[in-house]
Amino acid sequence: MARVLINVPAKAARGHVIEIKTLISHPMETGYRPDHTGKLVPRDIINRFVCAYNGTEVFRADLHPAIAANPFISFYTVATESGVLTFTWTGDDGKSFVEKANITVA
Amino acid sequence: MEPKANVATTRRRFLAVAGGAIGALGTAQFLTVRPAAATPASMAAAIREAIGEAQVRPGKVKLDLPPLVENGNTVPLTITVDSPMTAANHVRRVHIFNEKNPEPSIVTFHLGPRSGRASISTRIRLADTQSVVAIAELSDGSFWSDSVDVIVTIAACTEEAK
Amino acid sequence: MAAASASEIPLKERKSGYDLMSRDTQAMQDDRASNPGTLWVLEGEAMWSQNAGAAGKSCAGCHGNARTSMKGVAARYPAYNAALHRPINLEQRINLCRTERQRATPFSYEGKELLALAAFVATQSRGRKIAPPADKRLAPFRDNGRDLFNLRQGQLNLSCAQCHNDNWGRKLSGAVIPQAHPTGYPLYRLEWQSLGSLQRRLRNCLIGMRAEPFEYGAPEYVALELYLMSRARGMRIETPAVRP
Repeated sequence: MARVLINVPAKAARGHVIEIKTLISHPMETGYRPDHTGKLVPRDIINRFVCAYNGTEVFRADLHPAIAANPFISFYTVATESGVLTFTWTGDDGKSFVEKANITVA
Repeated sequence: MEPKANVATTRRRFLAVAGGAIGALGTAQFLTVRPAAATPASMAAAIREAIGEAQVRPGKVKLDLPPLVENGNTVPLTITVDSPMTAANHVRRVHIFNEKNPEPSIVTFHLGPRSGRASISTRIRLADTQSVVAIAELSDGSFWSDSVDVIVTIAACTEEAK
Repeated sequence: MAAASASEIPLKERKSGYDLMSRDTQAMQDDRASNPGTLWVLEGEAMWSQNAGAAGKSCAGCHGNARTSMKGVAARYPAYNAALHRPINLEQRINLCRTERQRATPFSYEGKELLALAAFVATQSRGRKIAPPADKRLAPFRDNGRDLFNLRQGQLNLSCAQCHNDNWGRKLSGAVIPQAHPTGYPLYRLEWQSLGSLQRRLRNCLIGMRAEPFEYGAPEYVALELYLMSRARGMRIETPAVRP
């Protein structure tokens, strides 16, 4: 069960540019690390992160193993309207972690 | 988390598996498969694959990395592109590459007019002292870049693999 | 290198490892929204309210709101445990609650659960001064810890004091040697890419010195921790800290 921390302002003025910070617990196993027997631990990373604003994608990141463990991504978006921001992290196994945050835009 | 193996500092060896070289010709050898390190050549190839043959100009892009890194496992990075981020003039994508990690690509960010500001922060891994390159693709089809040299030190008193 | 019988750092000259690290790493620690240790604190916060064990109790069931009840606790640990006739550290205290009060299996050392709960409890003391209890029963254990700190050991015949009292601030293979004050444990060490305990860090040191590391939970670690916390008295808790 991945732990997620999202920092989004609860309220924003319409048209203002807001900063969103995201942090998720994940080892981001590169596939290049040997275990104690010398065998390489298989790759297991989050390879995609998407932020959607009331259903419209406003930010996306394609991640490679060089992104550090417990990925931190912060970015900006325009506060266009009240609603829901949906954050989706997708792993190599196709499984997704989804978190939502409400925003009130006046 | 199990400790990471020390990455060789001069890992320029890589398997050259060119198209015609695989085959029954030559002596049967067992090749030790080592993780290929990115080289300036493979980074150039990764850049070409990402952006085609477009000309890339230095400018507009600011890649912020500490010049001296305390631990290559977690290196804070901020990428900023000078752009009004309007519908008519905005950043579409930002690619970040490196020279000496096992893979040349680090991340690609997709932006647009709804971004408001082309500024992203994240944390990356750097296996060794090397160059990191950022390339931004603008809505007018132009490409701009910045590059930073980073010195990577290793921790003392680490765990050994059990 | 100075002589083996090194003296303690004068109280006024003490610095946290925080002061010796880069601005970027400091920023990572300062900003809760980007401090990776926060992920474990959140995990611990969730666990605090979960019923566990045959007794079906949660931490909250006895201790209520951790923000109030756990304030200052980490700042005065390790503490003497009368039943065991020895000091115990925070992780051991959590496991005692686990086994005796909740009647659940103890968490394994360095496992996610124990780290998360320890981080959640310790962070309630963030910003507070380390205040070792004035408990005479702790004295012989603290002295034992001090002796361990000053003991030359391992293949390199080094003592903790030689690096951390005599040569702090200097570089050891590219890294700055800190004074070794455990102000921020459990902490996120960039080298581990994970949160980890003081015991894990002490094991790293012992292995680095080419000495035999004690087993997790060994009384030597608690004695060392007791001494180190006494040595760090008055310095502020930083949990969850970030360190290279």
